[in-house]
Amino acid sequence: MSDPAVRLSGLRKSFGAVHAVTGVDLDIADGEFFAMLGPSGSGKTTVLRMIAGFETPTSGTVELGGADVTRLAPFERDVNTVFQDYALFPHMNVLDNVEYGLRVKRVPRAERHERALAALASVRLEGYGGRRPGQLSGGQRQRVALARALVNRPRVLLLDEPLGALDLKLREEMQVELKSIQREVGITFLFVTHDQEEALTMSDRVAVFNEGRVEQVGTPAEIYERPSTAFVAGFVGTSNLISGEAAQAVLGKEGTFSVRPEKLRVAGLGESVDGAEHSATGTVSEVVYAGPATRFVVELDAGGRLIALQQNLQVSSMDVMSLRGTRVRLVWHRRHEFAIVS
Amino acid sequence: MNLSRTARAMLWAALAGGLAVVYVPLLIVLLNSFNADRTFGWPPPGFTLRWWEAAWNSTGVREALWTSIQAALGATAIALVLGTMVAFALQRHSFFGRDAVSLLIILPIALPGIVTGIALNNAFRAVLEPFGLGLGMFTVIVGHATFCVVTVYNNVLARLRRTGSSLEEASADLGADVFTTFRLVTFPMIRSALLAGGLLAFALSFDEIIVTTFTAGAGVKTLPLWIFENLFRPNQAPVVNVVAAALIVLSVVPIYLAQRLSGGEAGPR
Ligand SMILES: Nc1ncnc2c1ncn2[C@@H]1O[C@H](COP(=O)(O)OP(=O)(O)O)[C@@H](O)[C@H]1O
Ligand SMILES: [Mg+2]
Repeated sequence: MSDPAVRLSGLRKSFGAVHAVTGVDLDIADGEFFAMLGPSGSGKTTVLRMIAGFETPTSGTVELGGADVTRLAPFERDVNTVFQDYALFPHMNVLDNVEYGLRVKRVPRAERHERALAALASVRLEGYGGRRPGQLSGGQRQRVALARALVNRPRVLLLDEPLGALDLKLREEMQVELKSIQREVGITFLFVTHDQEEALTMSDRVAVFNEGRVEQVGTPAEIYERPSTAFVAGFVGTSNLISGEAAQAVLGKEGTFSVRPEKLRVAGLGESVDGAEHSATGTVSEVVYAGPATRFVVELDAGGRLIALQQNLQVSSMDVMSLRGTRVRLVWHRRHEFAIVS
Repeated sequence: MNLSRTARAMLWAALAGGLAVVYVPLLIVLLNSFNADRTFGWPPPGFTLRWWEAAWNSTGVREALWTSIQAALGATAIALVLGTMVAFALQRHSFFGRDAVSLLIILPIALPGIVTGIALNNAFRAVLEPFGLGLGMFTVIVGHATFCVVTVYNNVLARLRRTGSSLEEASADLGADVFTTFRLVTFPMIRSALLAGGLLAFALSFDEIIVTTFTAGAGVKTLPLWIFENLFRPNQAPVVNVVAAALIVLSVVPIYLAQRLSGGEAGPR
């Protein structure tokens, strides 16, 4: 197998007393769409800045395609960045912005012109070359920043919350567009976000960050269905944990277990349960009708609470609202419950 | 804010009074430079260009003007280089004592000119005399530079604060080395701030007299020094007036340009 596009080994970074990154090991394969997901302050940007070369690691190494670049300056690395604030040069027009990387690498004028125009076309901005960045909308600036980076055909493209400044509708459009651009150009995308939905829908693999460390790496399905820590279970999707005495009473096991809300079935107390299933009785304390689905909060008799999400296939809001205060049995298949490392 | 009618009228009166105190005398100087009466009789019996012609033909005035320009250019050049370097050092790097250094840079503009003048005079004599050098153009330039640095420093610092360092990071990220980044990104971003700071520095130096008095030595005569010297010679009074009028114009233009440069162009685009 060839070398990974990016390999981080024992990466740490401290700013004085602030330990921003406390030991990160990651391999990112060539051509992968890889997301770094985590709450604000978990060290994602700092990791990205160490890969780009803006920060020097306190310890550990950064490899690109098998070569150690830890000590190289940003302009000596074959990566490009789409900055969160885009960082377009305000004194240059759009075309000059996109040509910048080729210009400083002394690509002949005619060729760089052609490539810049092609890059602008690939982000659907033909005809905008003569404008100043200040004359563009947020979404257009975002795409200029993307074109300016992609035109250099880097080995890896780093994106720091590239959609964070866009409104919801534009963000959803750009998610689809980014994904299709990545498939077209085949460049490794390393994508930072604090939005779990964005990470799950766009990425081949996700690394969940917490307090400067990686809690879990896996495909979106693995991260979502089998969170390996309580933090991941809570940060990605709704935290639904059964622990302590409740775990003993309901599951007959020691430890902490996670079940996703949509895997739970809300049934009558008398519902029969087969051998492949587990169940727990409780009282519905809250019913939230949300159009296509309804969320039930159930206080378990054995202690703790679970949230169940039910599709509104047959029922209406009238039907579900009347369930508040009633006693129910929550049923789920055993293969949907996972042990959590605490 | 809601002000009563009388309060508003009083504010306007105060503003008009304040401006009048400053600008009426300047206006009189300008008018008197065209006054046909040698002793500035008022109202002027007529207007003439005689005094402007006399001033233009006076070798003393011409030499003083040239000296002032040289001094101002020299001080501005030093201010541009030092002010920019200090602004970068203080904005882009944090180190122990940064605020203290910043204060030390700004302080000269607040120090009484006479204190700066005496201090520089002593220092120059102590340092230069052992080498057989005296006070002259060079010491005037250095003296002026002590307070001119501030204007460049302040303008560049404000610009750097506003633009941040992300544009330079973007440039490096796209493959530009440090020098190319400065040439293509940093310099264009601070260019108008440099011009504004430079113009202010030039204007400050051009009409400075106190520090000049202590650092000029015998051979160097700037325009303000020439005015001061000829102020009390009755037959020179009309020419002095012309020079003063010219100085007003020459100082206003750079200040006006500097204000336009630092205010307008660099806003969000
Ligand atoms: N240049 C810096 N100086 C001091 N602290 C910093 C610096 N950059 C980041 N930090 C700190 O490091 C931690 C991680 O920051 P960051 O990597 O930006 O997190 P994220 O991108 O996940 O929000 C935060 O506590 C932040 O305050
Ligand atoms: Mg961040």
